[in-house]
Amino acid sequence: MGFHWAKKYEPQSGLEKWLDERLPIIRLVHDSVGAGYPAPKNLNYWWNFGSLAGLFLVVQIVTGIVLAMHYAANQAVAFDSVERIMRDVNFGWLIRYMHANGASFFFIVVYVHILRGLYYGSYKAPREMLWILGVVIYLLMMATGFMGYVLPWGQMSFWGAQVITGLFSAIPVVGDDIQTLLLGAPFVGNPALNKFFSLHYLLPFVIAGVVILHIWALHIPGSNNPLGIDVKGPADTVPFHPYYTAKDLMGVVAALIVFSIFVFFLPNALGHPDNYIPADPLSTPAHIVPEWYYWPFYAILRAFTYDFLGVPAKLWGVLAMFAAILLLFFLPWLDDSKTRSARFRPVYKQLFWLLVADLALLGYCGAAPAEEPYVRISQFAAAYYFIHFLILVPIVARLETPKPLPKSISEPVLPGAAAQPAE
Amino acid sequence: MIRLISFGVGAIFTLALLIAAFLPREAAVEDPAAKFHKPHMHVEFAHQGIFGTYDRAQLQRGFQVYKEVCAACHSLHRVAFRNLADLGYNEAEIKAIAKGYDVPSIDDKTGDASTRPGLPSDRFPLVYPNDVAAKAANNGKAPPDLSLIVKAREGHEAYIYSVLAGYETAPAEFQVPEGGNFNPYFPGNVIAMPKPLSDDQVTYGDGTKATVEQMSKDVTAFLTWAAEPHMEARKRIGIGVLMFLSVFFIVAVNSYRKIKAAVNSH
Repeated sequence: MGFHWAKKYEPQSGLEKWLDERLPIIRLVHDSVGAGYPAPKNLNYWWNFGSLAGLFLVVQIVTGIVLAMHYAANQAVAFDSVERIMRDVNFGWLIRYMHANGASFFFIVVYVHILRGLYYGSYKAPREMLWILGVVIYLLMMATGFMGYVLPWGQMSFWGAQVITGLFSAIPVVGDDIQTLLLGAPFVGNPALNKFFSLHYLLPFVIAGVVILHIWALHIPGSNNPLGIDVKGPADTVPFHPYYTAKDLMGVVAALIVFSIFVFFLPNALGHPDNYIPADPLSTPAHIVPEWYYWPFYAILRAFTYDFLGVPAKLWGVLAMFAAILLLFFLPWLDDSKTRSARFRPVYKQLFWLLVADLALLGYCGAAPAEEPYVRISQFAAAYYFIHFLILVPIVARLETPKPLPKSISEPVLPGAAAQPAE
Repeated sequence: MIRLISFGVGAIFTLALLIAAFLPREAAVEDPAAKFHKPHMHVEFAHQGIFGTYDRAQLQRGFQVYKEVCAACHSLHRVAFRNLADLGYNEAEIKAIAKGYDVPSIDDKTGDASTRPGLPSDRFPLVYPNDVAAKAANNGKAPPDLSLIVKAREGHEAYIYSVLAGYETAPAEFQVPEGGNFNPYFPGNVIAMPKPLSDDQVTYGDGTKATVEQMSKDVTAFLTWAAEPHMEARKRIGIGVLMFLSVFFIVAVNSYRKIKAAVNSH
């Protein structure tokens, strides 16, 4: 683990020495986020989003535990118990608005974190396991977020659950049985609500566990960097503490400022008004939309309207939606360009920005009602999504001529140019 | 091998999507209501903005409109009488208001269902004993509880105000179904609720002239408070939090700069 020039932990006092021989926990901290972990000196602000994801995971777990003390997972009282939290529990409104907006912020920072990985090639060897664990965390987040949105038992909770679990019924032969298994009944009702509450409480701790593996996998090769080249020697690195601890703290405070603006002044801006109407199985909302962080995938799901090869369109949609996420697992092998950073990959760099625009377009269509022109736009946008990852990325990896790489992080890129400043 | 599978999967999804994209569409059916529908009116309230607080006098007027007009059909079941202290009423006034309502109870001698005068700790009682009764009494459409109505509608205050103040006579080309009322601000333009407010329907104690616009605005402000009773505390704490974080941010930036300088000169 780490580089040979990493500063070794030396217990200072007798007590530290005693503890180190029995439980080397200070050593662990020193070696993983302390002075004993050398990190590339050129990491830019996009590298702040890893620690921010950790911040919002903690916010969600802490506020979630408090909410669970006051929430009742029963369809007769779930909505009322949430309103009780909002009105009668001391600072209940604060805790709930933090939790509801915290979910959105967790996704925002994780999306930036993923896109940063895509841009700088952080998924490539030797960081494949790190990337795969990241995709696992993302999948767990999607499941957790979906189940959490069901708990207030508002109209969107209920009908969102109806639509999402209904997807499984598209699977031939066993679909209906899978749906019944997920819901604990053939319909969305109390058994589903109880099940979702239990899993919504469990999964964040599973996420925390996978995060530990993710960080462990990070510490084997160490961080990637904006140049995407390997660390060559001590001149390329700075000790994580105090350099990146101070930088991460700055990021954390900045993120909390933006978060506070939403929690205190725009608390319902990211939610849907219909979720303040208690769930009513007899009245379907005009437009059922999931939370914003699912919009791109919801658009892919609904883009399939043709029974291609005799397979029902709905099944195509479900397969494509899951494929859209699962293909990320294979990305390290689909893109076998040896150059990591898009800074030195002129074609890939343009594809990356096209993908970002495509995702924004898909998100826009996912929020819109399923009518023209949105369906047709989402069909082209979804097609591009698959073309990007499954066709263009593998081809470009082979055909592209990368720009010459700098010799090392600390040496000038070109003779005569200034050294890479540490940002 | 992985590349071949990837091309294959990519090609299949892309084909399925592109065939669908180029298939002809059924001509979009134009929503006949859309032509007459209007966007929300613009309306301003004292409670809007970062520093906005509720106008107590307006909330009291709004409460009066709710009590004398809306409460005939609409409940306010998530609000307790004790919460009215937020509007500036004192304990005696709240007790008197609560007493004016009969709340469901159980006779402590016979155990039969009965009613008793309300207490400050009670919530506003339901208007109808259940949803079926509410529907039966209102042409099959149960009047919604108003406790959360401002947060539960797209457009929030502007929408509620527009619906209340925006009743019009239906244009000749627009067919209003039996039992419906024309309102271009309501989704579909047909609302089951008959025009609830007309000028001077209530007599305000503070001498404010009770126009439809004034009453609509007052009751909308009152319902905003009912939906978000802790808004003032939320904004007040928010400003404190932002001030603290701003100072903290300056400290964090300076500490990072100092460390960066030390590392770079090393």
